[in-house]
Amino acid sequence: MEIFLAACVVAGVPLLLATVGELITEKSGCLNLGLEGMMLMGAVMGFTTAYATSNPGAALASAALAGAAGALIYAILTVSLRANQIVAGLALTIFGTGFTKFVGQPYLGMAVPSDVTAVFAKTSIPILSEIPFLGSIFFKQDIFVYISYLICIIAAIYMYKTRPGINLKAVGENTAAADASGINVNLYKYVHILIGGALCGLGGAYLSLVRIPLWQEDVVNGRGWIAVALVIFVAWNPIKAFFGAILFGGLSILGMKLQVMGVSFSQYLFDMIPYVATILIVIVSTHKKNIESQPPGNLSVNYFREER
Amino acid sequence: MNVKIIKRKDIPKHKEVIIRIMAVLLSIVFAGVILLAFGLNPLKIFGAIIDGSAGSEIRIKQTVLRAVPLLITSLGIIVAFKMKFWNIGAEGQITMGALGATWVALNLPEGLPAPFMLGSMMLGGFICGAIWAFIPAIFKAKMGTNETIFTLMMNYIAIKFVTYLQYGPWRDPGAQGFPKIAKFTENAILPSVLGVNIGWIIALICVAIIYVFMTRTKKGYEIAVVGESVQTARYAGINISRVIVIAMLISGGLCGIVGFIQASAIEKTLIAGIAGGYGFTAIITAWLSRLNAITCLFVCIAFAMLIQGGSYIQVSLGVSSAISGLVQGVILFFVLGSEFFLQYRLEFPKKPVKEVA
Repeated sequence: MEIFLAACVVAGVPLLLATVGELITEKSGCLNLGLEGMMLMGAVMGFTTAYATSNPGAALASAALAGAAGALIYAILTVSLRANQIVAGLALTIFGTGFTKFVGQPYLGMAVPSDVTAVFAKTSIPILSEIPFLGSIFFKQDIFVYISYLICIIAAIYMYKTRPGINLKAVGENTAAADASGINVNLYKYVHILIGGALCGLGGAYLSLVRIPLWQEDVVNGRGWIAVALVIFVAWNPIKAFFGAILFGGLSILGMKLQVMGVSFSQYLFDMIPYVATILIVIVSTHKKNIESQPPGNLSVNYFREER
Repeated sequence: MNVKIIKRKDIPKHKEVIIRIMAVLLSIVFAGVILLAFGLNPLKIFGAIIDGSAGSEIRIKQTVLRAVPLLITSLGIIVAFKMKFWNIGAEGQITMGALGATWVALNLPEGLPAPFMLGSMMLGGFICGAIWAFIPAIFKAKMGTNETIFTLMMNYIAIKFVTYLQYGPWRDPGAQGFPKIAKFTENAILPSVLGVNIGWIIALICVAIIYVFMTRTKKGYEIAVVGESVQTARYAGINISRVIVIAMLISGGLCGIVGFIQASAIEKTLIAGIAGGYGFTAIITAWLSRLNAITCLFVCIAFAMLIQGGSYIQVSLGVSSAISGLVQGVILFFVLGSEFFLQYRLEFPKKPVKEVA
């Protein structure tokens, strides 16, 4: 059981990073549907950098930069040029897929260098890993997992306890009011779109560097879209995102697990579970009516000061 | 420097055309810069793409084969997007359409005359594609469920389901152990006219029908009104749920026809990857054609050239065919960005003239 739950955490990490990234972006009032594209760009740049330099730090930086670069295109289009957010996000996904195939083609089937995999091997945290049950689930993981715990906690503190975090909420809820109160609205949007993109890039890199050690084109396989749904499911709350991501990580490996246990059922039908579950979430979330779980008031509405 | 953004009241037609052409040209230049950054000669690549897609009769036929599914799928997406229903589930609707057509082909008696067989397959494809679109549509209409994620997830479910059939119940025992579905018999394969399967005639008929439907009929107008403003639609007494469902049945049904054409004429059976990415490329072409069916015809031909040329350079120059995907994304970025300049103009305050001593 503990082994399975620990595997759920591993499967959930890319979802967690992407979900936290997207919810920060959405808090600024921007619905970026380019997650899948940004995760792919992060995955391929992380992998190629790791391959070329054998330096895990450089690989992570390059993945985050690639995700942020994708996000920058989206930000220019939607914030400065006021393009439709949904179409711009779709465009980013299409571009990211093409970019990834193009850049990654020479690397198909190649493995992450051993210097890098060594750094991302499982390392127990002293003391914490001794906690019965929880220790072996959460604290006998690789360093990338610990980094994502930290990111999740920092995001929560930033959003709820700091001045810029509160301002961010204001920008997403009522952009005009935030603008009137002197907040630099466009700067907030740009910064948080870029942060969101960087986190998605890292999520993609976890897949290509740790989860799936051989390069393949469809590494992300719809996880970016699942993360979009998770943001709604966890009601834009980074702490809830932690549990949501692990739950979904678990669903995505449930099929494999049941097969190992000898449940005879087609693997391909089990593969549908996370996608069906995502649809169920979207349906259920539409019914939530309490104020806490509502999207930011001005989500996916472009803001033109001149047109107030 | 202080740049002022001023909303245009109206834009002359020729200026609009110029801005759009500029956007496409700039995107090609930009794509060229990316190619240069990867150490490739953009002129050689672009030249090879044109040569590979229009350089000989066989290549032109190949381009048409790619334009047909792209065009019909784009038409389906146009109907949905006009309503601001973000149907990104075309890939799954194509797959399910192919499944429907295949079920008909494998279950009707073998000796059936071809026209009857093909007609039933087309109907089967239309119905299955429409059902796959109906599911998210009814949730959107009745509960306001987010259709973007819903339709997208339906893609994965459709593809996994066909994989399941391919490896499980529909596996052809005569395929020497390969996980394949049985090939169609001769009467289930679309005949050719002018050397290309008659899918191209179906596509042209669809263009005419959708153009008339969207611009000349009451239902088409209602779809556009719902897309402009749900409030206005409600005020005008339009039954919004009904419009959403009807539009999506048409949208998914068209994609289903694509599945039928691809299964019947190209693969001659059903495979999990039958949609081949057309469902996503069609989003770009639909948007670039400004959701107009006639414009869409030309945009799809251009994109089919890009795709066909892309696979040609893979063979002839050994350069990844993924370039065409990259270029498509860049074109869409630039065209999206250019729409800003159609709605606004920038005004630069005049610099104070320096006094010359």
